[in-house]
Amino acid sequence: MQAIPLEHGLILAAMLFALGLIGVLTRRNIVFVLMCLEIMLNACGLAFVAASARWGHADGQIMFLMILTLAAAEVAVGLGLIIQMYRKFQTVDINVLTQMKG
Amino acid sequence: MTVLFYLAASVALISTLAVIIQTNVVHALLYLILSLLAVAVIFYTLGAPFAAMLEAIVYAGAIMVLFLFVIMMLNLGQRSREQEKSWLEKRIWIAPVLMAAALVAQLINVASQQQANVSGVEVGVREVGLALFGPYVLAVEIASVLLLAGLVGAYHLAKK
Repeated sequence: MQAIPLEHGLILAAMLFALGLIGVLTRRNIVFVLMCLEIMLNACGLAFVAASARWGHADGQIMFLMILTLAAAEVAVGLGLIIQMYRKFQTVDINVLTQMKG
Repeated sequence: MTVLFYLAASVALISTLAVIIQTNVVHALLYLILSLLAVAVIFYTLGAPFAAMLEAIVYAGAIMVLFLFVIMMLNLGQRSREQEKSWLEKRIWIAPVLMAAALVAQLINVASQQQANVSGVEVGVREVGLALFGPYVLAVEIASVLLLAGLVGAYHLAKK
C-alpha cells in the first residue's frame, strides 16, 4: 500500500478553496455566498488535517475542531442576519445592501 | 486506501463545482452536504477518523441542516429559481475564474514543493483527547465562549 503524497492533499484543499472563492464572487443570492464561505472554511480544515497527518500529530485535528466551532458560530449569526435582511427588504439579493446608515 | 482517497477527492471536487453552478438553493445545499461527506471520507483515508466523524456529524449534520431550516423558513419559491437563472449570466464568471485560477496556480506551485508522504499512522480519538486536555485546554475554553457569543448573537438577530 503506497502512501498518499502530502502535496495531493494540499492541492485538493487549494482547489476546493478556489471553487468556494469563485462562488463567493459570482453569486448574488446571499444564501449561496454563505454556502461558498463554508466551502472555503472546509478547505482550510482539510489543509490542516492533511498537514497534521503528515507528521502523525493530533494538532491539525484540534485546529480543525476549532475551525468547526468557528464555522458553526459564524453560520448561526450569518443566518440570523439573513433572516433580518429578508424581513427588511423581502429579497435575498445582495445588491440591496449597498447603503450604509448615515 | 489511496484509491479511496482519489475517488473521494474527485467526488468532493465535482460536487463542489455543482454547488457553485446550481440555480436551485436546496439542490446546491444537498450537493454541499455530499461534498462535506466526501471530505469526511478523505479525512478517514488520511488517518484522522475523529476529524472524519466530526465533519460528518457537526458540519454536514448540524450546520447544513441549519441552512436547510432557514431556507425553508424563508420560503423563496418558484419566482426565486427564475431570478437565480437570470442572475447567472455567462460573462460574470470570467473575472472570478481568472483570479481564482491565478491563486490556485500559485498555491499548487507552493504545495508541489513538499516531498513528504502522509504517514500511515492513525491519529485516533485517544491522542486528540489527550492533546485537548493537555496543551490545548485553553483553546477548548475559548471555543466554548465563542459558541456562547454565537448563541446570544443568533438569538438577538433572529428575534422580531
